[in-house]
Amino acid sequence: MKLKTLIPAFGAYMIASTVQAQETAIAVPTDSVFILNSLLFLIGGFLVFWMAAGFSMLEAGLVRSKNVTMQLTKNMGLFGFACFAYYLVGYNLMYPLGTWATEGVISGIWGPAVLEAVGVDAAGADDYSYASTGSDFFFQLMFCAATASIVSGALAERIKLWPFLVFTVILTGLIYPLQASWKWGGGFLDAMGFLDFAGSTVVHSVGGWAALAGALILGPRIGKYTKEGKTVPFMASNLPLATLGTFILWMGWFGFNGGSQLAMGSIGDVADISRIFANTNAAAAAGSIAALILTQLLYKKPDLTMVLNGALAGLVAITAEPLTPTLGSASIIGAIGGVIVVFGVPLLDKLKIDDVVGAIPVHLFAGIWGTIAVVFTNSDASLSTQLYSIIVVGLFTFIASAILWYILKSVSGIRVSEEDEITGLDISELGMPAYDIVK
Amino acid sequence: MCAQSEENMKLIIATIKPFKLEEVRIALTESGVTGMMVTEIKGYGTQSGHTEIYRGAEYAVNFVPKIRLDIVVSDAEADGVVSTIENTAKTGKIGDGKIFVLDVDQAVRVRTGETGDDAV
Repeated sequence: MKLKTLIPAFGAYMIASTVQAQETAIAVPTDSVFILNSLLFLIGGFLVFWMAAGFSMLEAGLVRSKNVTMQLTKNMGLFGFACFAYYLVGYNLMYPLGTWATEGVISGIWGPAVLEAVGVDAAGADDYSYASTGSDFFFQLMFCAATASIVSGALAERIKLWPFLVFTVILTGLIYPLQASWKWGGGFLDAMGFLDFAGSTVVHSVGGWAALAGALILGPRIGKYTKEGKTVPFMASNLPLATLGTFILWMGWFGFNGGSQLAMGSIGDVADISRIFANTNAAAAAGSIAALILTQLLYKKPDLTMVLNGALAGLVAITAEPLTPTLGSASIIGAIGGVIVVFGVPLLDKLKIDDVVGAIPVHLFAGIWGTIAVVFTNSDASLSTQLYSIIVVGLFTFIASAILWYILKSVSGIRVSEEDEITGLDISELGMPAYDIVK
Repeated sequence: MCAQSEENMKLIIATIKPFKLEEVRIALTESGVTGMMVTEIKGYGTQSGHTEIYRGAEYAVNFVPKIRLDIVVSDAEADGVVSTIENTAKTGKIGDGKIFVLDVDQAVRVRTGETGDDAV
């Protein structure tokens, strides 16, 4: 009995004293705040990095076996190019730090990212009151690369490798950083009060819009839609890989949303990050269950590929606001994401927009939903500002992407030949089957 | 040339539901059948195909997976084998399969050169 009463009292004492210490810490920058903030960026960053593996496995699993090597090549290629594009121009374009060419719209800093000097002390750090530049660059780079990963899945099995990679360079070097500066770089959308915590719009919808523009201009895969307007299913080649990819993305999302707290140097921040982890997880779980139950009801049998998409849609939906919802409301937000996917996939097919892995329903449709859903749990959000931002970012990304796709189409063509597409890109473009057993 | 043996043999071709293979194999072995050839096949008969749904799009499965058994036995054993397969593979539902019986002219055991009934 004595022990029972003692422990809470002791716990309360500990919390009280830490809060006191923390209050001092906010007033005066300390090494530990700098270290913990940087650590959050590094941990979050490598978790988001790992999402590249998730996208690769998901896409490799959902394409047909004759296009797997190409899909993996695109995923490796896009990641590498995204890293350079973001380093050379993207990072400074996204974070003008007040130096605008056009106030709130276009950064005034065009040039490569520069890291802190080697072995700096407190006085030598770029921003001792916050975090190391390298950790911030590393973290933000991974978000940029994730945006490009979204595009590759939608356009799989028919797009040429090099035009796709050229698109990736422009997307990650210019399109993504430019629109991201409007919110996260302190630009005009941020000034208006637009809320997008970890990027339902800034990352996921942007990837989705770019993919939609590409899918429209590229056209569907040969034989996907019959003259009578029926959809012909092209079966996934490897559902274990697709499932592994989904779980990897789910795991990476803890870094994606948790790291977007952008600070870990106080009790409040750590408690918030913990909330974000739990809410992110709840939304994914609810999204997968919603898709599982809904496909059972609609089709009499559950569809695993939809369950995978449902989990991801739940994650995308909670990304705009993973902090303020309760576990219950996070679950509802995620579940609605899952429902959106189950209806979104056949809807795109009805419109003859061929999205191989469901990237557009998952990242664009659920991203829009998540951005709107912020208003239900965060009283600082205004519906009109959320809608305005969705439209502005959507129009900019869609139009910029469409122009770029058209230029690539007229310069080099973006689609492989009919024969190559039917043979499969692995053999025709790469001469390298993914599975030795492929005939 | 070895002489045509006096005994006649039958080739029994049976298509059965895949999940029945083990039951049929055990029943045939117990009834004295010493060997069989088994192939995974696809096909359709009265059962025809059915439809499935993948990512919201309905599609027809025209060919149903089946197991094909090829068994060669002496004339005398043939009826017994046919009825064993029939009784064991039967579920009473559509798609249970078919059994065909054909005459076999000759059989040779490669190792020993035995022919006819002795070879099967």
